[in-house]
Amino acid sequence: MSDRALAVVRAGALTTVQDQGRPGHAHLGVPRSGALDAPAAALANRLVANPPEAAVLETTLNGCALRPRSTVTVAVTGAPCPVTVDGRPAPWGAPVRVLAGTLLDVGSARAGLRSYVAVSGGVAVEPVLGSRSTDLLSCLGPAPLTDGAVLPLGRPGAVHARADVVPHSAPRAELVLRVTLGPRDDWFTEPAVRTLTTRAYRVSSASNRIGLRTEGPSLERAVSGELPSEGMVLGAVQVPPDGCPVVFLADHPTTGGYPVIAVVRGTDLPAAAQAVPGTPVRFVAVRRR
Amino acid sequence: MSARPAGEGGRADAVSADDSMKALPVGDRALLVEVSSGEAAQALHAELLRRRAEGSLSVREIVPAARTVLLDGLDDPARLAERLPGWEIPPLNARADAAVEIPVRYDGPDLADVAALWGVAVREVPEIHAAAEFRVAFCGFAPGFGYLTGLPARYDVPRRATPRTTVPAGSVALAGPYTGVYPRSSPGGWQLIGTTDAVLWDHARVPAALLAPGARVRFVPAGRP
Repeated sequence: MSDRALAVVRAGALTTVQDQGRPGHAHLGVPRSGALDAPAAALANRLVANPPEAAVLETTLNGCALRPRSTVTVAVTGAPCPVTVDGRPAPWGAPVRVLAGTLLDVGSARAGLRSYVAVSGGVAVEPVLGSRSTDLLSCLGPAPLTDGAVLPLGRPGAVHARADVVPHSAPRAELVLRVTLGPRDDWFTEPAVRTLTTRAYRVSSASNRIGLRTEGPSLERAVSGELPSEGMVLGAVQVPPDGCPVVFLADHPTTGGYPVIAVVRGTDLPAAAQAVPGTPVRFVAVRRR
Repeated sequence: MSARPAGEGGRADAVSADDSMKALPVGDRALLVEVSSGEAAQALHAELLRRRAEGSLSVREIVPAARTVLLDGLDDPARLAERLPGWEIPPLNARADAAVEIPVRYDGPDLADVAALWGVAVREVPEIHAAAEFRVAFCGFAPGFGYLTGLPARYDVPRRATPRTTVPAGSVALAGPYTGVYPRSSPGGWQLIGTTDAVLWDHARVPAALLAPGARVRFVPAGRP
């Protein structure tokens, strides 16, 4: 392997390679995948002068540690966390020069859940169906990082990174998700629809890249029986038999048989990706645009 | 809406619009189009693909399913929802394209159970299954897993009461009205009637999926000395 590579010293709880995903294959049962907090991933790429489609690393909760074999520029965004190079503090949310052989440590999230690590040139693992994203539902793309793994890097562009000031809003204490009702809200009782949009839920620790699971008042069905499988969109609020809503995130199944009571606005999904277990969740009904 | 002059566009056999078609909005950028039957969903899917190919429909994902087709990534879902009910959807059997042939050894562990459910002798199961002409109604569950329809309704079977923790790749299986082939080893509750060496999914191949929605499929008995 060339010296344009990144050795994984500490993989962390769950670190995956992510880009903008592989939309357009849902009809074959292939999830879109891609960075859950897409704006944070895009910002990290911008800070190291990568094109927006370059692959970055998405960490979960406790970061990761990496040793580049050549000198690279790195930026960490998403969940705020301590960043060090060979033990010396380095800025979060800004380009950092990491010399060949030194150790970049991306620490535990101080708030939020997922940090993004962009490296100049991008992570250059082999794309699958046009994307380098790890899809945890259908196991497409590279496996999650493991200690000792080595990731190839692409060639950095000629453009120099701009030292942007990063406006960062810390994850809110409460997750507010705006939803439009349907397509299957009529499968639920009227009180259940009111419950969804007025009562408090909490983020469940069973949440993952497939879905943000919630705990709270159970939603009662007006129609019993099974719904024939139908196509699912990103942000769909699906209600399994236990009655607790699940918000579909990037690795969601492309078809499903539980009714979708509402759909979360796409612009609210990055915040959902950063909500730690226990965070209060409110679903607010809005009109369709 | 169906008062279209016969012969226009060479489609004199076009049926009138599906009166029971419903276009349900899904979020801000998608429509779930619900029709009256699985066959109607397959016909609608074919028509949507045709319109996208000719450039009159702009949409990112067209995802057929049992009774619906999801259109995701639309600029103006409300406008399309208004127009859809007026569409004439040509019947599916007007499109005779080549069938994908899948060689099968009918050696599945549930062959006897399926024979009992069908009320036939075990040796008749392969004959009945291989005589049917299938179509991929939709995909899901795993990349490359197709839900194939084509067996007459009297051959519907329930899923197994206890799903298997591991079903080998290449297993040919039945559940409800569907036949499916497991693209890779996974847990599963379908009734296993056979095995194929066909590669259902290979992401390095173009196309990656052997079976895409709309494809015609035949199972060909193989492995007999």
